[in-house]
Amino acid sequence: MQREKFLVVNSHFQLQYEEKQSCYVLLYPEGMVQLSFSAGEIMSLCDGKNSCDSIITALVEKFSNQAIESDVIEFLDEAMSRNWIIYHEAR
Amino acid sequence: MKPDNKTISPPLWILLELTHKCPLECTYCYNQLDFANTKDSMTKDDWFRVMEEARAMGAVQLGISGGEPLLNKDLLEIVKKANELKFYTNLITSGVGADISIVPKLKEAGLKTVQLGIQSSDEHTTTLITNNQNAFKDKMAFAKACKENGLQLIINTCITRQNIHQIGDIIEMAERLGANYLEIANIQYYGWALENINALLPTREQLAEAKAITNHYRENRKDMKVFFVVPDYFATRPKACMNGWGSTFLTINPSGVALPCNTANTLPLNFPNVKEYSVEAIWNDSEAFNYFRGDSWMKEPCRTCNEKEKDFGGCRCQAYALTKDMHEADPVCDKSGFHHVVTSKVEESITSDKQPLYRNKINSMNIIANRLARSCK
Repeated sequence: MQREKFLVVNSHFQLQYEEKQSCYVLLYPEGMVQLSFSAGEIMSLCDGKNSCDSIITALVEKFSNQAIESDVIEFLDEAMSRNWIIYHEAR
Repeated sequence: MKPDNKTISPPLWILLELTHKCPLECTYCYNQLDFANTKDSMTKDDWFRVMEEARAMGAVQLGISGGEPLLNKDLLEIVKKANELKFYTNLITSGVGADISIVPKLKEAGLKTVQLGIQSSDEHTTTLITNNQNAFKDKMAFAKACKENGLQLIINTCITRQNIHQIGDIIEMAERLGANYLEIANIQYYGWALENINALLPTREQLAEAKAITNHYRENRKDMKVFFVVPDYFATRPKACMNGWGSTFLTINPSGVALPCNTANTLPLNFPNVKEYSVEAIWNDSEAFNYFRGDSWMKEPCRTCNEKEKDFGGCRCQAYALTKDMHEADPVCDKSGFHHVVTSKVEESITSDKQPLYRNKINSMNIIANRLARSCK
């Protein structure tokens, strides 16, 4: 994970909050992943204007919890390996 | 009628069949033999309302299909509306039937994914299967345009005796075209495919070889994800059809008839029309959508089977087509008293030299006329 690079959801996926399911979902051809609360919070910040570092900063502030850094990095690594997110400049 | 032991969850996947017209005449089409009777009577506003109602219930995936959806003049507006409603939009197309300039317009309208049907890696076989001489080059141009315009490309290849020997070439071609996924689907035998089964069904040996070639690709390369759908005629347990009747999936046909699966109106049930009822009323309250929910409809061997939660007794359309009783176990299951119907079809097809019937309006009208003549006797 290059921590200073901007991150964005892969345009072949679609991320949105679903009222009926009370969570963020990630849509792909003929399928859907329901994201956990923390995964949804992280993914929704992958908007092309945030990097790994700025997402950590934002979430530490939002939840007043310093201990989330490694969880965020672990999730973003996983999301990138699944092609859910990409570096913004790579587009 | 409400099911006794199952809560109704909202549909997640909506399939709009915009028309049953198609420039191709594929012999394996699952559309009904009497499709010539289906009228395209849904207006653009009817489709908009269906999408709005389904979305409000929580549906997220939208398939736009046919027949050939490119033939519907409102296609771009329907895609745009679907995108505004935040559906994930899939266009399921032959790539034939519209000027290639439609591709960038589809992208601009918000289309996410194109599922392009490709029959073969060569022109001759494509023409043989589709009865359309332009099909191959139109499909190649369509695939190229999808990639150039940044659309996600899924290639769907339906496998029959006519193309099963080409699997390796088809995988390589899909890769060259830049497909994100390739779905190699051994066809399921409904509609025209069931009519033509003796000309289409591959042998068990051909199937094993095709599977081995696919696995070899998967083990050695990872550029493209390849799915392989096994034909259920060679299985001993049925598929969990549609993830259960009225559980996930809703099709609207070109006349506005709402169906729990694409072929359900082959069954002797009264399916409601979206021009008369809301999607919510159809999904939750109609007799047809509740008919096979839960398991109180089941007969033996399903009723006491410990796998009934896994496959829901299999496919109702297949049970009806092969046993004439839609409450029977799917005869693909070797616990079914009708399993021999499937095995004898497999046997019979091996030695048959039957020529397939093309799926077109004239053949459809002849089939309808023959049925009428039979019923008048």
